[in-house]
This record gives sequence, structure tokens and C-alpha cells, in this order.
Amino acid sequence: MGKFFFKKFITLLVVLFGVSLVSFSIIRLAPGDPVMMLIGERGADAETYAIMKHNLGLDRSLPIQYWHFITSAMQGDLGTSVVSKEKVSTEFFARFPATLELGMFAMFFAVIIGIPVGILAAIYRNSFWDYLAMGTSLIGYSMPIFWWGLILILFFSVGLGWTPVSGRISVMFDIPTVTGFMLIDTLISAERWPAFFDALKHLILPAVAMGTIPLAIIARMTRSSMLEVIEADYIRTAMAQGIPSYYIIFVLALRNAMIPIVTVIGLMFGSIITGAILTETIFSWPGIGKWLVAAVNQRDYPIIQGSCLIIASMIVFINMMIDLSYFWINPKMRGSR
Amino acid sequence: MRAQFIDFWYYFKQNRGALAGLAVIFIFFITALLAPLFAPHNPAQIFPEHLLQRPFFFSEQINLFLGSDDVGRDLLSRLIYGARISMGIGLLVVIFSTSIGTMLGLISGYVGGRIDWFIMRVVDMMMSLPSILLAIFVVSVLGPNLLNGIIAVSVVAVPSFIRIVRASVLEEKKRQYVMASQTFGSSHWRILFINIFPNVLAPLIVQATLGFSDGILNAAALGFLGLGAQPPTAEWGTMLADSRAYIESAPWLVTLPGLCILMVVLAFNLLGDGLRDAFDPRLKK
Repeated sequence: MGKFFFKKFITLLVVLFGVSLVSFSIIRLAPGDPVMMLIGERGADAETYAIMKHNLGLDRSLPIQYWHFITSAMQGDLGTSVVSKEKVSTEFFARFPATLELGMFAMFFAVIIGIPVGILAAIYRNSFWDYLAMGTSLIGYSMPIFWWGLILILFFSVGLGWTPVSGRISVMFDIPTVTGFMLIDTLISAERWPAFFDALKHLILPAVAMGTIPLAIIARMTRSSMLEVIEADYIRTAMAQGIPSYYIIFVLALRNAMIPIVTVIGLMFGSIITGAILTETIFSWPGIGKWLVAAVNQRDYPIIQGSCLIIASMIVFINMMIDLSYFWINPKMRGSR
Repeated sequence: MRAQFIDFWYYFKQNRGALAGLAVIFIFFITALLAPLFAPHNPAQIFPEHLLQRPFFFSEQINLFLGSDDVGRDLLSRLIYGARISMGIGLLVVIFSTSIGTMLGLISGYVGGRIDWFIMRVVDMMMSLPSILLAIFVVSVLGPNLLNGIIAVSVVAVPSFIRIVRASVLEEKKRQYVMASQTFGSSHWRILFINIFPNVLAPLIVQATLGFSDGILNAAALGFLGLGAQPPTAEWGTMLADSRAYIESAPWLVTLPGLCILMVVLAFNLLGDGLRDAFDPRLKK
């Protein structure tokens, strides 16, 4: 078991090293001179140019540049945005709660619908409802979510007028940022419930748009996982013993069927970020996705570089946690490696 | 080989979803190939007196069948030419990513050792970045246009091909027919390409089909974000991005391009699922 941990840890380090190398090289691979890009179109004389190049550390050898990049990154310094002149890490973590709130809500939506649908589809296998559920989930899985978001806006915001089109909260509320989670911040502010419900209304459509693909995946996973478990011997034994079927399905079968489902949900962090990039652009949600797209359009390389590094590190850590959690979920794993 | 195909077709034709998917893909391919014949107008032609005209089911004008966009271009013609671009993107992405992924996967699985370790760590690394983020990363280095978008989307697709091919090679390498071939003194090339490769084809074809839909979807997403095809190219994702401002006044501009993307992607996913079941009927539940 110690050896397994050690191997996992080495892999993690290697992957992080690779990610940092790629992020490091982006500013050097990009077309054009990064110094000229910072100076802008007006240009500068040779002396200013040399000073700027020195300040950026670009006059030193590549290994030394990389060493500086990685040591300052470990101290939380990921450079400074070209456009806003703010620290990349400060900007990233100021926006991250908005994305996290949206992502958590989207996953909540996906789980709360996906798992029951999957269970029902498995129980009533090959029925009309099974086909309907699986057909719908295949459509959901194929959905271009940037279009789905627009369709939701068209129907619920423009057509029915139920929800606002964009943003996190109406401009009439002035909510001080405490946790960065709007639903919590509104409750501890002076405005309380009216502001809370306003924020909730803003959250619903983006969360549905973003949760659609995870919902489809979870429903399909739950169905196939449940089908596998339902056929197991111990379930047949339980049925023969006359144990009530709701108990067999929701306690005996679901407990084992949940293992792969929980894994898939954990591994979805990456697709949440992908979803965030598209969903936030559609709904003008002030999170990291919208910020990143703006950074690419403005050629703000420190932001692209820094946020890729942070996001990739998060995903690598989460995946490792999932790997390790098998030891606690499934005791059989402990002996095998 | 012939018997295998008959077997395959027997299982495949039972899957109505996959057949429907195949039909839709066929229609879109024909549309893409014969776009100049099908399209009533040139996709770039502007009709200044018909700005934001409604589609035929909302208006008496049937000259521009599915209406027109904000500068008066015929939407139907643009959608038809868009099929050409999207199917072309899908095809290029699959060719790029399949060939590179297959080569690396074969080497990784067959050679093993340090080379395998290195390739797999690069795969781990690429898979630790979300697909769109990785594509954005590539585009921000190369610059946003259609060709770079295709390259970015292909790069993103490569790791899954490497993994699938490598896994099948590892599986096949242990089989007795490979050992038999070795004892006859076959070269590595012969073992790899004549003995092993044909047995890797089934999962590869399935993955290539799914890669087609991923490629189209990701390229459209890049176009939508303004990082892929640039206007005035009639690419479905780019058309969606252009029409966002008219969501209230001209909903057909938003609805129809996205519907095309959804149909093509869905068709490829149906086909992929059907192929997987037909290649390995035991897996079918």
C-alpha cells in the first residue's frame, strides 16, 4: 500500500511538472515578442526595452527563467495581468467562488435528477420510460451547451419572463462580498431574503445549462451500474427472503451501485470548468470562465498561464484523492497492490 | 473478413438508433459535398432589402426560405455551407487525431518501458486540463482562426486515442498468435502492423466515430467563443455567436444553427453506440 501511494505521488509530481512546463512555455511560444506586447503599439526606445526585458527576466537563460517561474508560482505569485495590472492569483481567487457556486448548483441539479432517473430506468428496463429516459439523456449528452443556454434564455427569459437574462444579482442590490458565494452573502447582508431569491433566480438557468451534460452522464451511469448490481446473487437471495423491494433497491443495491457513480461525479470537476467557460460567456456570469475567454481575446498571457496551472493542479489533486479514496470505499483494493 | 462483416451487420441493423444516426450523417455528408447545388443562394450574398426576414412559416415571403440574418444573408444557404465546414472539421480532426493517436498508442503499448512511461505521463498531463481549456491554450499560442481551431481540437482528441490503442495492444500482445508470429521470426513491424493492428481496429473505429462528434462540438464551441472560425465564415458556432444580439428580435437565427450542431453530434453518438454494441455483442445489455 505504501508503494502504491509512493507511485501515485511520483506520477502526480511528474504531471504537475509537465503542466508547469507547458504553462511556462506559452508566453514564449506565442507569436510576437512578449516585451513588445506589454509595451503596446506605441513602442519604446532601446533602453526602455532592455529594462523591461530585464524586469520580466526574459534576458536570462531558459532554465533560470523556468526556475524563477516555478519558485514564485509555489509562493503563490503567478505574475501580473497585462490588462488590469492586478496579480493573477488575486484575480483568480476573487472570481473562483462565483464559478464554484455555479458548478456546485449545476452538479446538485444533475445528481438530484440524474440518479433517480437512472434508478427508475434500470428497474423498468426496456419499458417505454426506460427508452424515453435514455433517449433524452443521449440528446442531453450531445447538447452543444452554448446553444442550450441560449435556448433556455429564449424560452424562460425572453418568452416567459421568469428569470433574468444575465449576471449574478440585480443591480438594485448592493451585496458586500464576504464569502464570494452570492447565496450566502445575500443572507448575511442587510437585504436578506429578497436579495437571496433574486440571486437564486439568476443562478437557475446557468446551472441547468451547465448541469445538462453531467445529468445525462450520471443518468446513464446510474442505469448501467444499477443493472449490474440488480443481477447479483445477493440481490436474488434478498428477494427470495421476501425483503421489501424498496429496501432491496434503495439500500442493498444502491449502496454498491453508488461506487462508480460517485467516482464519475468526482471526475467531473474538469467538465465543470469546460462548462463554466461556455456557460459564463452566455450568461455574463462573473466567474473564471468568462475571465479566461476575455484574457485570450486580449492576449493576456500571464492570466492564461496562471489559471491553466491552478486549474490543472486542482484537477490532478482531485483525481488523486479519488484514487486514494478507493482504499476506504473498497477494502478489497488494499491487499491487491 | 467477409463473415465478420456479415456478423457485424446482423447486429448493427437491429439497432434502429444507430441506423437513424447513419442516415442523418449520410444526409449531412451529401449536403456538405453538394452544397453549391442545394443552396439557393451564395452564403455571402447580401440582400439589403431583406434584413432579418422571418422564415417561411412566419411570413409570406418564401424567397429566403429560412429567413435571413442581420445583414440580409440567406440563412438556409449559410446552414448548408456550414454543413460543409462542420463535416470537414470533423473529418480533419478525426484524421489528425486518429493517425497521431494510433501511432503513439501502438508504440506505447508495444515497446513499453520508458517510452511507454513518458507517453503515458504526457497523456495524463493533457487529460488533466479540461478539453476546451486545452483547446483555448493551443489557440492562444497559434492565434484564433479556423485552421488553428482544427489543430487545437485535434490535439485535445489525441490522448483518448492513445489510451484506447495502447490498452488493446497490451491485451493483444499477450495472445498466442503474437507469440507464434514471434517464433517464426517475424519483424517487429510485421507483428505490430500485420498481426496486432487489425485486432485494434474495432475499438478504434468506435472511438473515431465518437471523436467526430467531439471534434464538431469543440470546434463549434471555439467558433462560438470567437476563437475558431471567424466571421463571415458560415460556421455554425460562429453564426450562433453572431446572432446572440438578435435573440429577441430574430430567434430563428439562434435556433437553427444550434439545431444542426445537435443533430450531427447526436447522429454520431448514436452511430458510435451502435458500432460498439455491434462489434462486441457480449457487452450489450
